[in-house]
Amino acid sequence: MLVGVLKEATVGETRVAATPATVAQLLKLGYDVVVEPGAGAAASFTDEAYAEAGAAIGEAVRADIVLGVNAPSERQLDALSPGATVISLLSPALNKDLVDDLAKRPITALAMDAVPRISRAQSLDVLSSMANIAGYRAIVEAAHAFGRFFTGQVTAAGKVPPAKVLVVGAGVAGLAAIGAAGSLGAVVRATDPRPEVADQVKSLGGEYLSIEAPEVEVSATGYAKEMSDDYKARERQLYEDQCRDVDIIVTTALIPGKPAPRIITADMVASMRPGSVIVDMAAANGGNVEGTVAGEAVTTDNGVTILGYTDLAGRLPTQSSQLYGTNLVNLMKLVTPAKDGTPVFDLDDVVIRSMTVVREGELLWPPPPAQVSASPAQAAPAKAAAEPEPEKKKLSAPARIGLIALAGALLFLLVAASPPALQGHLTVFALAVVVGFYVIGHVHHALHTPLMSVTNAISGIIVVGALLQVGHGNAAITWLSFAAILLASINIFGGFAVTRRMLSMFSRS
Amino acid sequence: MNLETIAQAAYIVAALLFIMALAGLSRHETAKTGNGFGIAGMVVALAATIALAVEREISVLGVVLLVVAMIAGAAVGLQRARVVQMTGMPELIALLHSFVGLAAVLVGWNGYQQVEADPGGAEARTLDALGLGGIHSAEVFIGVFIGAVTFTGSIVAFLKLSARISSAPLMLPGKNFLNLGALVVFVALTVWFVTDPQLWLLIVVTLVALALGWHLVASIGGGDMPVVVSMLNSYSGWAAAASGFLLENNLLIITGALVGSSGAYLSYIMCKAMNRSFISVIAGGFGLEAGPADDTDYGEHREINADGVAELLADASSVIITPGYGMAVAQAQHGVAELTRKLRERGVEVRFGIHPVAGRLPGHMNVLLAEAKVPYDIVLEMDEINDDFADTDVVLVIGANDTVNPAAAEDPGSPIAGMPVLTVWEAKNVIVFKRSMSSGYAGVQNPLFFRENTAMLFGDAKERVEDLIRALPATSTAHAAASA
Repeated sequence: MLVGVLKEATVGETRVAATPATVAQLLKLGYDVVVEPGAGAAASFTDEAYAEAGAAIGEAVRADIVLGVNAPSERQLDALSPGATVISLLSPALNKDLVDDLAKRPITALAMDAVPRISRAQSLDVLSSMANIAGYRAIVEAAHAFGRFFTGQVTAAGKVPPAKVLVVGAGVAGLAAIGAAGSLGAVVRATDPRPEVADQVKSLGGEYLSIEAPEVEVSATGYAKEMSDDYKARERQLYEDQCRDVDIIVTTALIPGKPAPRIITADMVASMRPGSVIVDMAAANGGNVEGTVAGEAVTTDNGVTILGYTDLAGRLPTQSSQLYGTNLVNLMKLVTPAKDGTPVFDLDDVVIRSMTVVREGELLWPPPPAQVSASPAQAAPAKAAAEPEPEKKKLSAPARIGLIALAGALLFLLVAASPPALQGHLTVFALAVVVGFYVIGHVHHALHTPLMSVTNAISGIIVVGALLQVGHGNAAITWLSFAAILLASINIFGGFAVTRRMLSMFSRS
Repeated sequence: MNLETIAQAAYIVAALLFIMALAGLSRHETAKTGNGFGIAGMVVALAATIALAVEREISVLGVVLLVVAMIAGAAVGLQRARVVQMTGMPELIALLHSFVGLAAVLVGWNGYQQVEADPGGAEARTLDALGLGGIHSAEVFIGVFIGAVTFTGSIVAFLKLSARISSAPLMLPGKNFLNLGALVVFVALTVWFVTDPQLWLLIVVTLVALALGWHLVASIGGGDMPVVVSMLNSYSGWAAAASGFLLENNLLIITGALVGSSGAYLSYIMCKAMNRSFISVIAGGFGLEAGPADDTDYGEHREINADGVAELLADASSVIITPGYGMAVAQAQHGVAELTRKLRERGVEVRFGIHPVAGRLPGHMNVLLAEAKVPYDIVLEMDEINDDFADTDVVLVIGANDTVNPAAAEDPGSPIAGMPVLTVWEAKNVIVFKRSMSSGYAGVQNPLFFRENTAMLFGDAKERVEDLIRALPATSTAHAAASA
């Protein structure tokens, strides 16, 4: 089948849906690839490079499968052949008009930004790969607009304090920003309603600021949930304090299918020092910061720069094209298990189902929710399994002491009532048990098997009994003793010999 | 000073030598000496006993039988010890336990014939004079009971371990009541036998004990075998101790108590390593309770081939190998040892992490690795190595499953929750050698397989390890090409 790579129609888009490297991988899957002339120019991929990788240069819209970064333009959609498949970022939850338009056409449309957040779909999760780049770029943009060093220095001309960076939301973008800011030498702090990300923040050198909230949970979709009023009050307090302190703020808070939450208010911005920079990575969805203008840099009255760029990933076009292209290749791998150039879009696969917006003119949006977190579904059967084991319940401490005392008393009475000849044996027995426990307790774990075989050998000492019985009394006794001696001898000789053999194998390096 | 007192002195010496033998096993360096002490103790004890037997006017037939039995036993024992595969150690040990159990039964029966069946005889009169007649009957009963349980229990364990019968647990209805019932019958019969020592009572109790031993072990699954084998080790000791009481022989009592407590201690360690009580292991049926249809979506596992693993290993600076029973089944230990040598030659730090219940016998993995000439100082216990996984580049999980299951540490609802496990998932890369995606002994799905840092290498562990060794030398150049 023919795969077409569009030249992006969106103004200012620098990315491209395939690079020469990913074209080669698509060819390996059995597809033919046609790339529109100049498609990769903005991302520094020449037409010659595509041709060298094995792609044809020509009209891409007529292909069976059309790959794009953004949704194709009206004109491009009109030019599609019937039955074609379009794969690109569609934001189906936000672009209702586009979805309706797509549904009117005899085509299939897959949204790369609707990949469910489950482990196995990670290799095609374009939001993650783009967010990673955007997070890095956000810090670069902030550093560009910021009039100072990020790192602290002691120079001959005086001491320079390090910049303080606050990252709001420790998702993929947030973590990338934390890492980038940290490696520039800034003091990095991060907030996130999900306390489980604290370790990830720390691992990148950031400090996690917790908004202690009792009811915090991971939502079933892998994104943070909207929070209660009480929580919001504490959150506001935290941000007010931080705004007065930090130099750079990067906000990344998004809620799927909804406008971005307003986190930094105009008052908070006003409380920041002049020269401070805010990068609002949620600008495209309305922004986390009051005063953000999508796609632009604005400077407030008190000299705070708010960057609302929506094309952060596109500002690293070569890299983001490569990652996006790889995401697409991974999708094609998923739908082309036979590597024969024939895609199979299996709607029973939760990944494909979630991504498919329109199939052959049939509207399939929104998909049923895909479960990410395994725990809730798992707890129920596990609980049922745990129930038939009530004997596992531990006795309370007094009950245990009582039992031990009872057993002790019984033992005491038993010994006291036994004849003197037996008492001597019981003494020996009791002492031997205690000695045994202490001696065995020191045996090295690695030597447990030799321990078992040597105890096996010495328990062959039971032969002593048989030796004293053989040849006395009636024939039955003698023959039974004979059998016992035979068995016990196997134990003694076999046990010691095998122990010896094992021990001789253990060697130091 | 006569032969009797000399024999008693020899017994004390032998008992001390046995204690020193066990103490010697505490360290690798002294282990061989320890075994030597054990042999010395046995020689002393046997010499004294034979001298004693001769002095007590043993019949000529008796001497002949004694010599024949010992020589035959020695021949069989030495031959078995020489040819046994290290992977077959659990079977051999179980079989040896059964011999002790059967010998204890025979000694008990002889005790009955010498005393209870011969009330007018010299020994019976001596015992009655000391007021020990009833005690003797009870000792016969206890010795026979423990011996018989050990005997059939060990036979079943042997059959299960050598795969002659299915290792799945036998589930009779009301199995716990059957076990308890057998114990109650035993106590009742003992009381009866003490008051009226009839032969049929002894026969009945022998049969009950044989059945109990069979049922007890038959209802325990294959993965619990480390506990079962240690438990049987313990029983064989108690059986010997019971014979000691019967024969009024302190050496038997001491040795039996040593072996009994050793087995009990090992059982305790094994149970702790599975976070289960001894009772729940004996009550059995672990795998069955844990089998609710588990349709949770864990995501998808990633597959890797031997070349990919070789590339990872060539890049790694530290590697930990965590083997399990699967390595023993596939006989992969020699390949693993070869791989270890190659990696160490390349300067990679290779260590082994051994879970206490890995394999079918306490310390089983250590013996297998020692057989393959893996130096024992790089074979570490779980507690010694668990903190190091986070700094490890690659972990190779070979034939282990439940012992590396993160659910035990992270999912409180899991049937194996709370069991200490090797925290392999903290490493940068985890490669799981596995035949298929089926779950482990406990029947619990392993979320490890679906982790992002985990890749599965399917197939027979031995073959895959050999592929890996073949793929390894070429990797220094192959890797350069791949990264270009």
